[in-house]
Amino acid sequence: MRRSHCALPRRRCPRARRLRNCKSHRLTPTKVLGTPTTALGARSPFVTPARTPTGILTGTSLTPLQDLSGTITPSDLHFERHHAGVAQIDPTRYRLLIHGLADRATVFTLDDLKRFPSVTRVHFVECAGNGRAGYRAPKRELTPQLIDGMTSNSEWTGVPLATLLREIGAQSTAKWVLAEGGDASVLSRSVPMGKALNDALIAYAQNGEPLRPANGYPVRLLLPGYEGNMCIKWLRRLELIAEPNMSRDETAKYTDPLPDGTARQFSFEMDVKSTITAPTYPARIADRGWLPITGLAWSGRGRIARVDVSTDGGRTWTEAELHGPALPKAHTRFQLMWQWDGRPATLMSRAVDETGALQPTRAEFRAKRGPGTDYHYNHIRAWTVDRDGRVYFGADL
Amino acid sequence: MTRGHTAALALVLVAGAGLVSFGSCAPDSDRRTSAVARPANVAPPPSAPNHFGIGRPASAAEVAAWDLDVNSRGVGLPAGSGTYAAGATIFAARCVACHGARGEGTGTGASAIPRLIGRDPRQGFPFGSDLKYVRTVGNYWPYATTLYDYLRRTMPLNAPGSLRANEVYSLTAFLLAENEIIPRDLVIDAHTLPRVRMPARNRFVPDNRTGGPTFR
Repeated sequence: MRRSHCALPRRRCPRARRLRNCKSHRLTPTKVLGTPTTALGARSPFVTPARTPTGILTGTSLTPLQDLSGTITPSDLHFERHHAGVAQIDPTRYRLLIHGLADRATVFTLDDLKRFPSVTRVHFVECAGNGRAGYRAPKRELTPQLIDGMTSNSEWTGVPLATLLREIGAQSTAKWVLAEGGDASVLSRSVPMGKALNDALIAYAQNGEPLRPANGYPVRLLLPGYEGNMCIKWLRRLELIAEPNMSRDETAKYTDPLPDGTARQFSFEMDVKSTITAPTYPARIADRGWLPITGLAWSGRGRIARVDVSTDGGRTWTEAELHGPALPKAHTRFQLMWQWDGRPATLMSRAVDETGALQPTRAEFRAKRGPGTDYHYNHIRAWTVDRDGRVYFGADL
Repeated sequence: MTRGHTAALALVLVAGAGLVSFGSCAPDSDRRTSAVARPANVAPPPSAPNHFGIGRPASAAEVAAWDLDVNSRGVGLPAGSGTYAAGATIFAARCVACHGARGEGTGTGASAIPRLIGRDPRQGFPFGSDLKYVRTVGNYWPYATTLYDYLRRTMPLNAPGSLRANEVYSLTAFLLAENEIIPRDLVIDAHTLPRVRMPARNRFVPDNRTGGPTFR
């Protein structure tokens, strides 16, 4: 296909499409009028990020971490993980039932929930199984999206669950809250009362607008820093209970078999983690000289305190700059300027959170958690830079 | 933010005072303080009540219609019962397309459907250290009641929530017997199911990760 100064093929150029003979395609933007305003904004046709849908109802679709800047994940690129497809819920028919060990079993409509005082917080949501491909089936041709694309970061607005629990008169015998979704999987998880009263949110907005269907429209549970599976989407019921329910997703799944012959249960908090997003596969460093090594760090236990970057496979480390403010239980952007000299290099990042937790090496992780562990893969990720500037995953394999 | 907060914010902004102290009704929310004094004619944010009187009482029928869960003591199990023979028939009709004729699972990768039946290895619990063993109902699930809770909620995938109580009990009996946990002649109901002891029951330990410098 013939190309002009405009890097797009002519069939994808918005101006070329409107004007006969594609004349505008050869003109500079200062010599031709632009497009009119629109009801909904669209990305530049030059920008085409994409998730990785599989066409399977129970599957995942991953955030293209390597294509994003800053810390907020655009809502339409938030990762998806569903257990029976995306439910479509009419907000006028939506109901949230809260009952169990409470003085007043209560039904709330969506309008009811919006009458309560709300809060707005920035938090990541991360699937507990994020990182599995990079640990269980690593190969050089993995992108940050394929390794860690099951984490996304949004501004969430909603009612603190604590407010609703006071509203219905939660009783002191209630030690857990069973949260249940209104989709076809009716997914249920037990949430400790301490978390419910601390920072749990009944969220109805994401990045300034109603939740997207894939994020639980109209209402989801948000448990900052806890595994994504517990942040029940399409939330329809909360039951105050005295002991955990032992539902499928807190027994058969989302438990961590360990080398000592046990399985860790109720492992809710996401460990401190970081990943370089650039330069990474499939990018190629074009020239020697200065470039930023940048990426994301986050912890389910609080703020990121520090991120170290190594360019020599972990022999020496340099503290990276954090794009502040580092918010608790939220993605934090780090950056280190690096002068590539054209020689092979091994890039790594390791984050420390405010509890002092440090990401383990892959070897340390494997020794403690074993090859068969199934969730919470927070080992250091390593990238090889070849002499030709091509970057590949898994330098430490 | 309440109307009072909005008014306070607007007043201060109009006055050009810049940073404003605005609290939230939520006790857990971040509060900002300001070096700028609040003018005498601006009230401080009100404290929130414990009870707003929002929402309506749930009827017993509403609660019963949605109260699906069954816990490990069997609380929530309905009337009815099931047998291995009936379960085998339902399994053949409703489950084998995805889970395989012997509950061995189908597919790989993202489209893998779990194996349900199997006790290997008979000794130990090596799933953390040895990838060759597949976790199943028989060798991994710690509670038999979870089968009822889960099957009723969401199985089969192409008709979720369509199984009647006797069918769920029967499928539960079939899967437990095929995993050699109960005899084939045991009738499963609200009395017998919570008493089934699963082989992996004692393998589960509480999370001991706490953050801090020690990696666990």
